[in-house]
Amino acid sequence: MSKTIWVLVEIENGKAARSSLEVLGKAAQLGRAEAIVLGSSAAEVAPTLGEFGAEKVYVHADVIYDNYLTLPAVDTISDLLKQHQPALLMLATTYDLRDIAARLNARNTMGLITDATDLAFAGDTLQVTVPWGGENVVTANHPQQGTGIVLTRPKAFGVENFAGRNAEIETLSPSLNAESQKIKILDRVDVPSEGPALEDASVIVSGGRGLGKADNFHLVEELATSLGGAAGATRAIVDAGWLPYSYQIGQTGKTVKPTLYVACGISGAIQHLAGMKGSKYIIAINKDEHAPIFSVADLGVIGDAITILPQLTQEVKRRKAH
Amino acid sequence: MKIYVCVKQIPDPNTVVSKLDPNTKRLVRSGVSLVLDPGDESTISAAIKLRDTVGNSEVVAVSMGPASAQEAMRRALAMGVDRAILVTDPALAGSDALGTARVLAAILQKESPDLVFCSTESTDGYTGMVPGGIAEFLNLPQLTFAREINVEGAKAIIKRVTLTGYQTVECPLPAVVTIASGSFEAIYPTMKGIMSAKKKPFTQLTLADLAIDPSQVGEAGAREHVATIGKAEARAAGQIIKDDGNSAQAIADFLQRYQLL
Ligand SMILES: Cc1cc2nc3c(=O)[nH]c(=O)nc-3n(C[C@H](O)[C@H](O)[C@H](O)COP(=O)(O)OP(=O)(O)OC[C@H]3O[C@@H](n4cnc5c(N)ncnc54)[C@H](O)[C@@H]3O)c2cc1C
Ligand SMILES: Nc1ncnc2c1ncn2[C@@H]1O[C@H](COP(=O)(O)O)[C@@H](O)[C@H]1O
Repeated sequence: MSKTIWVLVEIENGKAARSSLEVLGKAAQLGRAEAIVLGSSAAEVAPTLGEFGAEKVYVHADVIYDNYLTLPAVDTISDLLKQHQPALLMLATTYDLRDIAARLNARNTMGLITDATDLAFAGDTLQVTVPWGGENVVTANHPQQGTGIVLTRPKAFGVENFAGRNAEIETLSPSLNAESQKIKILDRVDVPSEGPALEDASVIVSGGRGLGKADNFHLVEELATSLGGAAGATRAIVDAGWLPYSYQIGQTGKTVKPTLYVACGISGAIQHLAGMKGSKYIIAINKDEHAPIFSVADLGVIGDAITILPQLTQEVKRRKAH
Repeated sequence: MKIYVCVKQIPDPNTVVSKLDPNTKRLVRSGVSLVLDPGDESTISAAIKLRDTVGNSEVVAVSMGPASAQEAMRRALAMGVDRAILVTDPALAGSDALGTARVLAAILQKESPDLVFCSTESTDGYTGMVPGGIAEFLNLPQLTFAREINVEGAKAIIKRVTLTGYQTVECPLPAVVTIASGSFEAIYPTMKGIMSAKKKPFTQLTLADLAIDPSQVGEAGAREHVATIGKAEARAAGQIIKDDGNSAQAIADFLQRYQLL
């Protein structure tokens, strides 16, 4: 019998988040995918989810979730778990979903695996692939005892299309607990960035401490613009205050998977590699021939980024004009 | 105010390539250099800064780990933490995030904290699942990914990192707060700090002190286990060139070859 897999679908600007759709598609390949959508736009989002793999969608359209999703979502999903025991709950690795997973795990004694890049059922056990330390891949085995949770690594799966699939909609009406509304978001500040968003860009040019000073970062931005891409950064220069956190790529920043990643003046610390190793082509420019970034580079240039970057931007523009 | 910081000793991320033992399938922690997690150092610094701003407060470091973790606790004390609690027990080996959270919550339960600080994620396991588990077991609200924290009256207010900027989020105390790594400059222990650390209260506990059912923690309580360890696909070795003044051409050729221009 095919297993039932729940996917909590996050809403972003009134639409299903792409990261959630990627997970939903994978769930639909593994078994019967059922989505849960919570928030004021949940009723509008729900009917769109069939096409992305959902056979059923649980909906609770309440504005309470828009303020601070975590606690009310944990209450509602825990309630739902009392009525149904799916084999698995799958979640994308995002700020809010991580918080929700951690609490659900403790409240319902579920068992949880993070950072999965692949998963499959073998009979009643779930085998989850988790990359480790840049070298080993561990297949963790999740014995079936109630519903387990798996958080998947960003960009591990593409969005799948299930054209013509219509999801059955079930409207939930849990009573929301006042205790769970103690956390309040007072304001939201977006730091604007130009060009495509890092997570969607097919080309990323990234800079690190090797650029020497904040004033040199424009060299990275100019190359990014000439290639129609986005600019990113290491934590070292974000911590140094050159750029806002939204630029940070790596374990504690964004995970990106562009077609092309150009690393300029970046050493290639394991925490940085964790966020960009999945790029299709990697080019690295670094003065130090022993820099670890060269171990993942398709093309490595031992040289000075400050002199090479402007030359390369010129060359790209010249070739594009032809 | 009583501020608790959950900290952990890990293989030094700057020198040790983390390895899994093929037999026990656990992270190799012996025979390698162990340090207080650098992420936790930054979190400790956030707690100390808050303590000194609020006044009349103490910071307590809490950890679950093997006996070697005493050293990490000494470092926390040398950084300026007021006292330390470490729970060590052979039955705790192989704990998962749930088991770890259960144990830490049991220690904290007895201490009635106003604030519990954790790092967003550890630098060895980086599951990020322990802090939310602690919050749930203590039935406390949790403020996560904080890059700034203030206390106003009986409320904690943080700046919470988001993908596109930040949110200002508040909740009533007591609460669990996770600190986004890199948000606070780690305090470097002074000679005076190191000397005074030796005289600070350091409590060591075993599982029996916590009234926890041993079957709920350690390997026995873990709901996942590592089945097999395999090799990741290595990236094919790339081409490395030395800049001779023509690198821009070489890179542009590469881009064209793979239709990236
Ligand atoms: C818990 C934790 C989480 C972390 N998370 C992240 C994360 O998410 N993302 C991240 O990036 N880091 C992260 N880090 C930090 C990481 O360990 C490294 O410190 C960081 O990535 C280094 O940044 P960098 O490469 O810019 O600087 P450095 O390591 O200082 O490297 C600079 C490089 O530039 C080269 N260079 C110098 N001058 C030039 C020049 N003129 N031209 C070309 N090359 C030059 C040098 O040879 C060197 O290799 C984390 C660390 C911890 C402990
Ligand atoms: N054994 C432990 N002892 C104390 N604190 C811990 C322990 N494990 C995790 N933590 C805390 O929880 C954070 C996240 O850990 P993790 O969930 O393992 O990524 C750590 O940075 C610590 O603040």
